[in-house]
Amino acid sequence: MHPKTIRFIRRGELVALGNVPPDRTLLEVLREDLGATGTKEGCGEGDCGACTVVLGEEVDGKLRYRAVNSCIQLAHSVDGRALWTVEDLAADDGTLHPAQEAMVQCHGSQCGFCTPGFVMSLFGMYQNHVCQGRPISRELAQEELSGNLCRCTGYRPILDAARKMAELPKVAVDEASTLRLLSQTRHPREGGDPVLPLTADERRKPWIPAFAGMTEGVYLSPETLQELLAARAAYPQAQLVAGCTDVGLWVNKQHQRFPQILDVTRARELRRIEDYENHIAIGAAVTLTDAFAALVAQRPQLKVFANRFAGLPVRNAGTLGGNVANGSPIGDSMPLLIALGAQVVLMKQDGHRHLPLEAFYTGYRRNVLGPDELLAWILVPKPRPDEFLRAYKVSKRFDDDISAVCLVVRLELEGGRVRDIGIGAGGVAATPVRATQTEAFLAGRAWNADTAQQAADVLRAEFQPISDMRASADYRRTVLGNLMQRFWLETQGAAAINLEQFTLRELTA
Amino acid sequence: MTARETEFTSTTGGGPGGPADAGERNLAPATRSPHAPASPLPAIGRARPHESARAQVAGAATYVDDIPEVKGTLHAAPILSTVAHGLLRGIDTRAAEALPGVRGIVLARDIPGDPLLATFVHDEPIFAIDKVQHIGQVVGLVVADSVMQARRAARQVKLQIDPLSPVLDVRQAHAAQSYVLPPVVVRRGEPEAALAAAKHRLSGQLEVGGQEHFYLEGQVAYALPLEQDQWWIHSSTQHPGEVQHWVAHALGLENNAVTVECRRMGGGFGGKETQAGHMAVWAALAARKLRRPVKLRLDRDDDFLVTGKRHPFAYDWEAGFDDDGRLTALKLTMLANCGFSADLSGPVADRAIFHTDNAYYLSDVEIASYRCRTNTQSHTAFRGFGGPQGVILIEAILGDVARHLGRDALDVRKANLYGVGERDVTHYRMKVEDNILEPLISQLEKSSGYRARREQIAAWNASSPVIKRGIAITPIKFGISFTATFFNQAGALVHVFTDGSVQVNHGGTEMGQGLHTKVMQVVADELGVPFERVRCTPTETGKVPNASATAASSGTDLNGRAAQFAARNVRDNLAAFVAGLDGCGAGAVSFRSGQVISPKSVRSFDEVVKAAYANRIQLWSDGFYRTPKIHYDKVTLTGRPFYYFSYGAACSEVAIDTLTGESRLLKVDILHDVGTSLNPAIDIGQIEGGFIQGVGWLTTEQLVWNDKGLLATHAPSTYKIPATGDVPEHFEIALWHEGNREDNVGGSKAVGEPPFMLAISAWEALRDAVAQARGDRRAPLVAPATAENVLKALMST
Repeated sequence: MHPKTIRFIRRGELVALGNVPPDRTLLEVLREDLGATGTKEGCGEGDCGACTVVLGEEVDGKLRYRAVNSCIQLAHSVDGRALWTVEDLAADDGTLHPAQEAMVQCHGSQCGFCTPGFVMSLFGMYQNHVCQGRPISRELAQEELSGNLCRCTGYRPILDAARKMAELPKVAVDEASTLRLLSQTRHPREGGDPVLPLTADERRKPWIPAFAGMTEGVYLSPETLQELLAARAAYPQAQLVAGCTDVGLWVNKQHQRFPQILDVTRARELRRIEDYENHIAIGAAVTLTDAFAALVAQRPQLKVFANRFAGLPVRNAGTLGGNVANGSPIGDSMPLLIALGAQVVLMKQDGHRHLPLEAFYTGYRRNVLGPDELLAWILVPKPRPDEFLRAYKVSKRFDDDISAVCLVVRLELEGGRVRDIGIGAGGVAATPVRATQTEAFLAGRAWNADTAQQAADVLRAEFQPISDMRASADYRRTVLGNLMQRFWLETQGAAAINLEQFTLRELTA
Repeated sequence: MTARETEFTSTTGGGPGGPADAGERNLAPATRSPHAPASPLPAIGRARPHESARAQVAGAATYVDDIPEVKGTLHAAPILSTVAHGLLRGIDTRAAEALPGVRGIVLARDIPGDPLLATFVHDEPIFAIDKVQHIGQVVGLVVADSVMQARRAARQVKLQIDPLSPVLDVRQAHAAQSYVLPPVVVRRGEPEAALAAAKHRLSGQLEVGGQEHFYLEGQVAYALPLEQDQWWIHSSTQHPGEVQHWVAHALGLENNAVTVECRRMGGGFGGKETQAGHMAVWAALAARKLRRPVKLRLDRDDDFLVTGKRHPFAYDWEAGFDDDGRLTALKLTMLANCGFSADLSGPVADRAIFHTDNAYYLSDVEIASYRCRTNTQSHTAFRGFGGPQGVILIEAILGDVARHLGRDALDVRKANLYGVGERDVTHYRMKVEDNILEPLISQLEKSSGYRARREQIAAWNASSPVIKRGIAITPIKFGISFTATFFNQAGALVHVFTDGSVQVNHGGTEMGQGLHTKVMQVVADELGVPFERVRCTPTETGKVPNASATAASSGTDLNGRAAQFAARNVRDNLAAFVAGLDGCGAGAVSFRSGQVISPKSVRSFDEVVKAAYANRIQLWSDGFYRTPKIHYDKVTLTGRPFYYFSYGAACSEVAIDTLTGESRLLKVDILHDVGTSLNPAIDIGQIEGGFIQGVGWLTTEQLVWNDKGLLATHAPSTYKIPATGDVPEHFEIALWHEGNREDNVGGSKAVGEPPFMLAISAWEALRDAVAQARGDRRAPLVAPATAENVLKALMST
């Protein structure tokens, strides 16, 4: 096995690790290979946050920080990044970092097992907010810590600590030196993964994936779209990862082995969000954090929905493309994208095709992707002035949960009649779906209470959801219709009818 | 004055060469404490950070899985039953053994000692022998070079099982008289006659779900073979003594061959009281068979499938009451879903009986408690230990009574409170002597603005079409002591070293609750030294033997007192020594701020210690404590099982969405009784944490077993404990001002479990909201109040 050497920066030094299997997780490498046991495994599936670490990468000459779950990140994904774990924050003389000191002062640790993860999420917030001169409000702390679970404290002291950090003496990362070191992690040839120097002959040829002909120990992360498509064609059996927030579970929980991995997230074209006249194009490697930021910028009402998508460490690692291509029936981005009329662009070396998102799926976690094809772009139409859009998610817990039912409705009226309607639903079928019958029912009708009531009935009848641990089929059907009722009320200006943002402060204000 | 200048005479002791001489030879020059400058204030009563906080935030606090592995360590993974009930006909391990890295398989036949765990009831096999009794029951282990190799291989073991029909429902079990232990009935007065004579009667059923502990650190044990068939076990356990006993029993050894150590747990909550013993026994059996150190760390999904949870309960009740809602009669059947074996179900179900009164006087009452056997995980201790399942029932009844009569639920609750000097004997015949319920509740009623808010909420609801709000105040009166009287004993060791630094060791375990911090505070004050001079060492069976579980909220009461006594013994030795030096009575010598003060002199503690050592004064001691006054009859469940009661009350306000059943906790005010707080920061942490954990139990945390008996909520992806967003911004905790009326360490009261039950106020507030939304004074809501269950309660007829 000759997987490429992983190089990353930690504690101001270049770390190089050889012979790391492609499906070994970052947490395994930290705890078992590097003896860095400060980072904990709580669940092994990215839901508790005990394993949170912070990654730094160079973006436009500056360091960008992301808290991620190391338990579901593959070790190779930190190649070329800077890495901070909980052991890396205190000064050499033992002086704690403000993220740590605030936790001590606020009594934010009891059993201490979730603490390293919270500290790292706080460190990420410190870099992204405090160091940028932006205050941390309780709301922000709550949003950004929703992917970290604590069973002891009841969170109040931790939310206090998040705000306390800014009051403590400031500590800065030596960004210049980190950036300089990062530049040394570059592999010999941009975009390639060669272990051996390339010959002049090889350099002239179109890009050929390194290790061509190898059957295991392959972790490919091409840096251009062209190289990515070539790698896809050369290694059609390689497991695609685009953030690994689900594949990580297949490794940890289903014990699957992946001798070949093709990581799409380094392809620079796919890391872009492009702005066109009538739509934006979100590259498949854009993180959920960035993709939702772009969607929220255009449709501010989606902010809460976006924050309820998993927890921050998952949104920081996972990609919109990964969520869409993975095709889970309970993935929350697809009902939204379907309602918005999004299209996907599939690419291969010799061409591409456009599809409406709902046409991408052929069955439970099955899609139309060919063996040499990749989901490259998601095209999202821009809002029209009279668009009325709401995205609803019903789950057992508000934050970091999976929908029992997700319903997104986009309505455009003309003269009191439905001119255009888009309805996406999740949790009600084997794939994310468009409610075509309900859309057909509504098209052209007068938008009034009767219509909404009837649409609710059509919607309830349109799907045959299953009963599982999240909800019964009956509940899902009932709520689907009731959410249409909520939508109707909201189109009529009803406020304070959704608990998602309901606080007592608003009530008494 | 320094030790060197002290006159050592024959009256103060000394060896043949003279004490000064001994000092010269054995003592380093006086050293200064390497620790941070100490506060001159006493340690007790201060909001001191957790003793491990600085290590925890730096990733430097060691948990069992963090201990550097001894060379040759192997890793084990459990082979799990895939059938809820069946006859185990065969185990085919060939495919597993063929996998790379696999070193061996451990099954029931490999157990050298008793194949049953050494539990009280002795009904639980270590590994399934000839039958399986729940999905997730451990049949054996695969041992391999790495964790993942072991886990992968464990899934390749094929079990031949002839399925039998499983019992998955507690009512089904009761109908079939499928019990793990015999039923218990507690009765007082004439409930049937009182029911017949009651002005009003109401009856009902209630279902209350269980709860997964979700300690962030999963179950783990690391077994190291030592020389001459001795064993060292690192265990994440609340009860090292029991782990020692179980491991020895399984290995066929005497207890003295096994030492169990636990520095800390990453959360316990009762889930590591007995359940940790299983891991340790399994790891030890694997280590014995393979003659290598073996670590067993459960994957989170396996942890859910293997280990027991809080007992789900079902109830049938009938109550009689007067126009004020005062109960005059209660007949109650409680069905505890115990899972496949007894484990701690007996005392858990007993405590549910003991707490069915909560804060209220029950004159004529009969409680029939059934301990039902089902083909699920064996349910176990969980914070409150049956108390919550008793308290929630009486609170539900009083809420229903109030709605039935159209009265304010708080008025009905107050009408039923235990009296002072009358109506003050519990249904188990214990006189409530320290009752502070009425003043405590009234204070909270005022400080929370309950009455005005109730009116505002009703008005608001009238004009809110979709969202409805609700509010409730519920109290708690929680009995403190293990109901098994013999558990109420503890030991400790205090070592003073020649540099004046102090180590304390005790039988209690640290799971985040701050026990070690409090014990260190107690010891520091007893010796009059700064907190920073005291360290607490890992709990270890070789230091304090036969220690009880750290459970029943009693950790500080028991171990704090034992440590206090140990420190007092050392102090007494030092006082006598100084008294001899100064020619005063020992009682005239005091210890504070790192100084030893007699009427004639002021010496530093370090100086006195050095001199005392030189004079062969014992500088370490044990301490032992047993709780006074308690006794009870296990058969009739009568007597004084509790030393005292802890009290509290909470006011919770919620909102529900009548379209989806979703809910939000909006505002919480708590007034809680911890006596004289040893450490307000830690106590408030316990109150807040316990309350939110209780809210989880009653709202988002739902255990779902499918029709095959598989626990479908198997991980945090599907089982939802509260997250940051579930905590209301207004979350105010106040401490009751009065010390414990019984003589307890520092005047404090136990705090671990009681606040958990304050969360019932949130559930009652949800029922208030449901009733207001329905408009028919009914709230047919079960627990947990998931969105689906709330919607069901709104829509049911």
